[in-house]
Amino acid sequence: MTELYELTIHEAGTLLRQRKISSVELTQAHLDRIRAVDPKVKAFTLVTDELALQQAKEADRRIASGTQLAPLTGIPLAIKDVICTKGITTTCGSRMLENFKPPFDATTMKHLHAAGIVMVGKTNMDEFAMGSSTEHSAFFPTHNPWDLERTPGGSSGGSAATVAAGMAMGAYGSDTGGSIRQPGALCNVLGLKPTYGRVSRYGLVAFGSSLDQIGPFARDAHDIALLLQAIAGPDACDSTSSPQPVPDYSVALTGSIKGMRIGVPEEYWVEGTQPGVVKAVREDIETLRTLGAQVSDVSLPSTKYGVAAYYIIAPAEASANLARYDGVKYGYSYRDTDDMWESMEKSRQYGFGQEVKRRIMLGTYALSSGYYDAYYKQAEKVRSLIRQDFEKAFERFDALVSPTSPTVAFKIGEISDPYQMYLSDVFTIPANLAGICGISIPGGFSAGLPVGLQLLGNAFKEDVILRIAHAFEKVTDYHKRWPTAI
Amino acid sequence: MIDRETVRNVAKLARLGMSEQDLDLFGSQLSVILENIQILQEADVSGVSPTAHASRLTNIMRPDRSRPSYSPEALLANAPDQEDNFLKVNAVLEGE
Repeated sequence: MTELYELTIHEAGTLLRQRKISSVELTQAHLDRIRAVDPKVKAFTLVTDELALQQAKEADRRIASGTQLAPLTGIPLAIKDVICTKGITTTCGSRMLENFKPPFDATTMKHLHAAGIVMVGKTNMDEFAMGSSTEHSAFFPTHNPWDLERTPGGSSGGSAATVAAGMAMGAYGSDTGGSIRQPGALCNVLGLKPTYGRVSRYGLVAFGSSLDQIGPFARDAHDIALLLQAIAGPDACDSTSSPQPVPDYSVALTGSIKGMRIGVPEEYWVEGTQPGVVKAVREDIETLRTLGAQVSDVSLPSTKYGVAAYYIIAPAEASANLARYDGVKYGYSYRDTDDMWESMEKSRQYGFGQEVKRRIMLGTYALSSGYYDAYYKQAEKVRSLIRQDFEKAFERFDALVSPTSPTVAFKIGEISDPYQMYLSDVFTIPANLAGICGISIPGGFSAGLPVGLQLLGNAFKEDVILRIAHAFEKVTDYHKRWPTAI
Repeated sequence: MIDRETVRNVAKLARLGMSEQDLDLFGSQLSVILENIQILQEADVSGVSPTAHASRLTNIMRPDRSRPSYSPEALLANAPDQEDNFLKVNAVLEGE
């Protein structure tokens, strides 16, 4: 018999509405699962078990009355600890915000509460979402459910691991340069980065404001559609959220991709990509062809500048965004001095970890007088080139396909050189720079570890990549496999 | 290559306190990162205007209506120190 924690959201939703299971039972099953496996995985910074059971009871009441039902009513979900939750600690994986309780809910949380979700907890992450392994959490690293000695990827490693291990039915994370897609790939779950502006950033603690997006993790495309539907749309609190109408994403899941034009970017087969990853993704591309897609090569010539442009732009924006942590208004504060500047400098010295400091330094340097034109302005022009590459490609193609990450999950402690870590995001960064959407879906295995297949879609074409993901799932079973290490 | 003085100056601009050890560490790490970033200079950007934002929007407006805000107590709940509903900090202006 299938355990309750093994169900997908849409399966559980049906059972809930038929009153075959209750949200309390479903929630308890996930809390039990958390108790059993999280001591090994360490995906949560906080488990909100009391709140979860209270929300589950409320959801059961809603279901019994048959009113205000939404596809996510009564569904246990996990939230990355970078999304503000009113009155509940939002640490961003940082000492700086270890005790920070936001006075408000992020717009995403408002939508989710209105839908009647059950929040099982807040998930671990690289500090301020800066990292690709969740090792940069100030508290502890998260372990990959497929091999506990390996990282789950990052920065949303906690969210990916909760879904992979059955501790939540779905989760939300944030993606600035690959922080949803890369951990999704490394943990064998789906992870979607929506188009810039599709989801409100209000209440998402800012890292790189021109790049950040909130997005979902789940175990199949249908669930991703439901999780995206719940949070997509304009918001008066975020002037960069788009008024573009939100389609019904579930309707896009037709099962057919016959005649769809899919491009394979030549520049995404870089040296350093593991042979096992190349092999799995080549096979996946053949599968798409078998499904009737017209697959052909495409060139995105500015790809080679992506990582460099990103590591100017994102740190530059971060250095400005993180200037707010001054030890005055909230967060860690060094008070053992009478000098205001010393208090500020030491609050930041002791409150931030090494990777955050590295990026603040890099960003401050790139924006400083004498270097601005050579670094920041040049990077913004290169960003235009990358965007133009995609615009041209999407004139000829409905979607692009590539590996999500050049490697499978790496060992905790294996990558000590910061720049080597940055290269983990070589295939995911361009989508953030161009503001388009992308998803990583389970695309096979290499030596027992998951390989992610990335599908990139044009701006506001989430429905297109979800349709491909769904069609791919119908003929493969990678997404149905469960991790064996826990 | 970034020298120690440059690191010290950037840290000061960022108001980031830094140990002597970190000055060396960041100096060498930032040098490696910037070396890798040099590739940007190879890109032909003649006639290309910069992209500051991936948003495809300009001038999103909302009605200018008053809305309820938060109580001082709610907003100060996370403050490291406070007095009479004000944030309390060390003296900002250094007096003689």
